[in-house]
Parts: sequence; C-alpha cells; structure tokens
Amino acid sequence: MTSITSTRLQPAANYVEIRDMTFMRGERAIFKNVNIDIPKGKVTAIMGPSGTGKTTLLRLIGGQLKPDQGRIVVDGHNVPELGRSDLFEVRSKMGMLFQSGALFTDLSVYENVAFPLRVHTDLPEDMIRDIVLMKLQAVGLRGAKHLMPSELSGGMARRAALARAIALDPDLVMYDEPFAGQDPMAMGVVVQLIRLLNDALGHTSIVVSHDVQETASIADYIYVVSGGEVIGQGTADEVLNSDLPRVRQFMQGLPDGPVPFHFPAPSLEDDFLRGSSL
Amino acid sequence: MRGRTLELAVGGFMLIGLLAIIFLALRVSGLSMNSSEETYRVVAKFENIGGLTVRAKVTMAGVTIGRVSNIYLDKEDFVGVVEMDIYKQFNNLSSDASAAILTAGGLGEKYIGLIQGAELDNLTDGSEIYDTQSALVLEDLIAKFLVGRVSDEP
Amino acid sequence: MIERIAALGRSGLDILEAMGRSGMVLFHALWAWPNVRTSFPLLVKQIYAVGVLSMVIIVVSGLFIGMVLALQGYNILNRYGSEQALGQMVALTLLRELGPVVTALLFAGRAGSALTAEIGLMKTTEQLASMEMIGVDPLRRIVSPRFWAGFICMPTLALIFSSVGVLGAYAVGVLWLGVDGGSFWSNMQGSVEWGEDVMNGFIKSVVFGVVVTWIAVFQGYDTVPTSEGISRSTTRTVVYASLAVLGLDFILTAVMFGEL
Ligand SMILES: Nc1ncnc2c1ncn2[C@@H]1O[C@H](COP(=O)(O)OP(=O)(O)OP(=O)(O)O)[C@@H](O)[C@H]1O
Ligand SMILES: [Mg+2]
Repeated sequence: MTSITSTRLQPAANYVEIRDMTFMRGERAIFKNVNIDIPKGKVTAIMGPSGTGKTTLLRLIGGQLKPDQGRIVVDGHNVPELGRSDLFEVRSKMGMLFQSGALFTDLSVYENVAFPLRVHTDLPEDMIRDIVLMKLQAVGLRGAKHLMPSELSGGMARRAALARAIALDPDLVMYDEPFAGQDPMAMGVVVQLIRLLNDALGHTSIVVSHDVQETASIADYIYVVSGGEVIGQGTADEVLNSDLPRVRQFMQGLPDGPVPFHFPAPSLEDDFLRGSSL
Repeated sequence: MRGRTLELAVGGFMLIGLLAIIFLALRVSGLSMNSSEETYRVVAKFENIGGLTVRAKVTMAGVTIGRVSNIYLDKEDFVGVVEMDIYKQFNNLSSDASAAILTAGGLGEKYIGLIQGAELDNLTDGSEIYDTQSALVLEDLIAKFLVGRVSDEP
Repeated sequence: MIERIAALGRSGLDILEAMGRSGMVLFHALWAWPNVRTSFPLLVKQIYAVGVLSMVIIVVSGLFIGMVLALQGYNILNRYGSEQALGQMVALTLLRELGPVVTALLFAGRAGSALTAEIGLMKTTEQLASMEMIGVDPLRRIVSPRFWAGFICMPTLALIFSSVGVLGAYAVGVLWLGVDGGSFWSNMQGSVEWGEDVMNGFIKSVVFGVVVTWIAVFQGYDTVPTSEGISRSTTRTVVYASLAVLGLDFILTAVMFGEL
C-alpha cells in the first residue's frame, strides 16, 4: 500500500468520512448534503426504507459511483478523486457483499472464495486452500465447496459471497443486506459472524439492513437514512428509543407516518383521474 | 483433468491453424521451400513482353525449368528486358537457344517457352538469349488485319 | 423540420460518444498487458471458447463453400474449355474474399454474440461490479483476454476456412468432375501469389478479427443490465459487426487490389 500517490488527508478515528455529499440520479437527488462517519473497528449500520439509496451509498464508498458534490474519504483517500489504479488499490482493502451475491458463475464456490486471494496475494496453494476452507466453514458451506453458483440456493449463494467478501480479511467490509433470505439459524450464524469478525480481526464493518432486531443486536452505531437525508443516528438503544417521529415510525414498522412508503409520485387521485395516459 | 483437455484442444486448434498456413503456402500458392534452389540468371530482350509478369513460368518442351524474376525497360533501346532464373539442374541449354512469350490456352497466362539450339556452348549465369520472339498482342493483330483489309480496297 | 435535424444531430453525437467509449474500453483493456502467469490460462480458456468451439461451423461451411464454388466454376469454365483453371479460380476467390469475409460473418454470429451475451450477463448479475470491488479491473480480467482471443482466433479460423475450401473444391473438381489433378494444382500455384493473395487475405482477416471482437466485447460491457438489454446488445453485435466487415472489406479490397 505504498504506491498511492494522493496525499492522506488526516489520520482519523473514522475509517470512512462522508462530507456534504450530494448524489443525483438524473433530476432526483438520492443524497442531499449528507454527512456520515464510519468509525474504525466498529460495526456501523445503515438503515432506511427500500429505495432510499443504501446500496447506492455503498457503491459511492467503493468508488463505483461518483458523487456530484462533497467528499468521501476512505482510509485517508478522497475516493472520487482517485485514479483508476489507486482506486483498485484502495478497493483491495475493502470487501463487499453484494445484495445479489454476485458470485462468479463460471467458478466453483471454492474458486470464488479463493479469487481475491489469488489476485492479491502470492500465497502457496495449500495456504489458499486452508484459508478458503476456514472461511467456508465459518459460513457453513465447507461441504458445498465444489458446487457451482447455479447449484446453490439464494441463501447459500449469499453466504458463499459473504465468505468471499471476507477472504482477504479486509480493513473494511460492507454487507448489503446480509440477512435477507436466511433462515433463523443461518441468520443467527451470520449475525454472530459479522460481530465476531469485527472484534477478532479489528476491521470496520458497514451493515445495510432492514432487519431492526438483528441489526440493533450487532451495530455499535446506527444511521437511519430516508429521503436523501440522515434522519436519525446514535447507538442501537438511542435509535430504537428515539423520539424523532420519522425514526420511530421506521424502527417500529408503522405503515403510516412521516416516512413515505411510496416512491415519489403525484397523488393517487391525480393519477387515476388522468385516464389512460401514463 | 478439465484444464488439461482444454489446453490440448487449444493446442490442437493452433496446430491445425499452422497446418492450414503451411498448406496455403506450399500447396496453394506454390511458395516452394526450394525457392532457394540453386538457379542461374539469364536475360532476354523482347520488343514487346505483352502481359508477362514476374514469377511467370519459364518452360522448355512444356516442362517448367525456371521463373521470371524481373522485368524492366531498357532505356536506350526501348525494349523489354526479362530476367529469368533457370534451375541449376538444367545447365546444358545451348547459347543459341531461342525464347518466345507464349500464352497458355490461347487466352490464359503468359509464360516463356525456350527452344534448345545447336551450339555446343551452354548458357551460363548472366548470358543473354538473342533469338527472341515477342508476345502476340491481340490488338496489334486485329489492327494489322483491319489495315490490310482497308488498303486492299481500291 | 428543425426537430428532425436536431434529432439527427443528437443521434450523431450519440454515435460519436459510443465510439469514444468503446475506444476507452479497448484502451483500458489493452493498456497494460498484465503478468503472463495469471493471464495466460485466461487467454487459453478464451481461445477455447472463441476459437475451438467455432471450428465445427467454420470447417463445415468452408468445405461446402469450396465444393459449391467448384461446381459453379466448373460449369462456367467448361463452356470455355478451360476447366483446368478451376483451382486458380477457387483459390483466389477463397483467399482474397470469401475466406476472410465469410469467416468473419460466421465468427460474429457464433463467437461475437456469445461474447456479448456472456459479458452482458456478467454485468447484469453484478459480477463485473463485484470484481471491481475485489480490486480487479474487469477490463483487464474479462475484456482483455477475450479481445486477444478473438484477435488470434479469427485469422486462424480464416486460414482453416480457406484451406478446407480448397480441399472441398479439389474433392468436387478433381475427384468427382474429373478435372486433371496436376493442372488443378499447377494452375493454382501459378496464379496464387503468397504476398499478394495469401498475405492480403490474412491481413483482412486480422482486421476483421479486431473489429468484430471489439464490437462484441464493447456491446457486452456497455449493455443495459436487463435481459432485454442483453438481447439487444447481442443483436447489435451481429448486425454492427457484419456491416463493419462488409464495409471494411470493400475499403481493404480497394486499397489492396484496386487502383488506389
Ligand atoms: N441505475 C440507476 N439509474 C437510475 N436510478 C437508479 C439506478 N439505480 C438505482 N436507482 C435509484 O436509486 C434509488 C436508490 O437505490 P438503491 O439501490 O440504493 O436503494 P436501496 O436503499 O439499496 O434499496 P433496497 O433496500 O430496496 O435495496 C432508487 O430509488 C432507485 O430508483
Ligand atoms: Mg439495496
């Protein structure tokens, strides 16, 4: 990690710092002047209604999308300003679990998990084997190592992807909906795993999830985003017991309240009365 | 092992490609390995070389004994000079052999036909063939024919 | 009217932009040839997918086109009593035109569409994105070996096509229709030039290989990540690549054999 040319901005206690960040999709602002800190060595959860831009946020941190304004500082580097090769170097210290899993379909489960090890390390084959089997064991898929991704169930694929995301023991792991599609047992395992990995290896975790209970049980700090803003933040207890109406509505799962469940749209009457034109 | 059959298949593919290029070179374009075969060079001047091209055949009694290697214009006499490489094995052509530019099948490609002479000396590298017969140019023939007809009429 | 012109201008700009982007894709993919140890197995795998798997269609088509050329040519040449020129006619047609062009068209349909669909599906299922997040540039890892495989395989396939075609013509002309075998080959050798015919045909096939593969990988990489998007990109690959091959063939022929 010596060849990164851009200057380190500051040695901070935060692994990720997002400052005054605005991101537009066409005319629609997904984020408006958002500030978020992800403290080092902690599990930080991002929560919010579907479609508010949680996945987008992870992609912004990973440098796959560029904000229209503001800074996204990861480990001292302002990601939007990094050149291609520097960006790839910063990313080699990140692991990301995609919402869809995104396993490489032409490789077996074993090779999928081995992939980051092969490209970023020169470890001998038997070491790679040990590491891969260890990671697969952790997610309960050691027996499935020879299966191809098309032979896995949705939940299994996601766990395999989780094993791949943590294969390199990255400094920052981003989990996009790690609990979705898991049965209660697997869910418990994954919840524990995230917490355990974070504590044992001292890396920084970002968990995106809708599952209030599970998230609250492992997150050190929670951000609730909605409508392009951070509408609440704090420790799990603080957020769960928040007085802020929008936060309370979301955390308690009330259908009616200030947080919109619907994608922005003209009023229902208008839409129906407008007749056939879409 | 899967990886191994894959590599074998790719190796076979490249090999077939190589065979194809060798086939095209040797069999189809006649680029002979023995183009480096020993030859000696003979020159002949023609009043008109017609459509003779470089690499055209040089034959004697229908047998190919060499190739045309170069064609250019003699800037003083204004005749076409044809250089041909004759294979060394035919080193007993007599120095008064004659050369004619012929046309295969009447309309086909042009080639040079040599006819053995009577002299005991042989053609050697750099010799010239003096007895030459130019290409028959169809247009000239037709023109002559027409002119003859016109002038015949009173 | 003004709207029409504006639309025309806009689509012109779109085309220019797409060309720019495809150039960038190619540039990034080929900028650095990554280390041989990791990329060689990838290349071998792609040569298998792009080249070996296209062999059957190329060999069969080459054989039949050679045989048909011999049949047709024999009928025409026979009228002028010059059927021994059959070999030369077939060989020149194959080497100069049909070999490179037909191979490129088949290649676009067989290998090009497969490349587009594969890369497009990788994009749609976020495999390219997750590769990026692992810190591997998909342009290097996915696009580059596929591009080089096309670059290598297309000329090889064209050579095989022409060779098989000549053999097919030999089978029909000499073995079946009774053209004299000796004059079949000697006529061919007398008129086919290594540099003029074989090499120029080879250069054509290299150019076609680059263009077809480039279009295919770019269409895949640039696909709209939906199933409809993939089907469109695949169609576009075949259409654009075929048109590009035919257009370039005219230009190349004019430069190589024409009066230019
Ligand atoms: N490629 C795109 N082009 C245009 N808009 C997009 C695109 N991708 C996402 N969006 C919009 O961005 C918004 C945020 O999407 P995102 O995937 O980040 O939501 P999310 O918070 O992860 O939702 P979920 O919890 O359902 O996964 C959505 O409203 C979506 O309409
Ligand atoms: Mg999402």
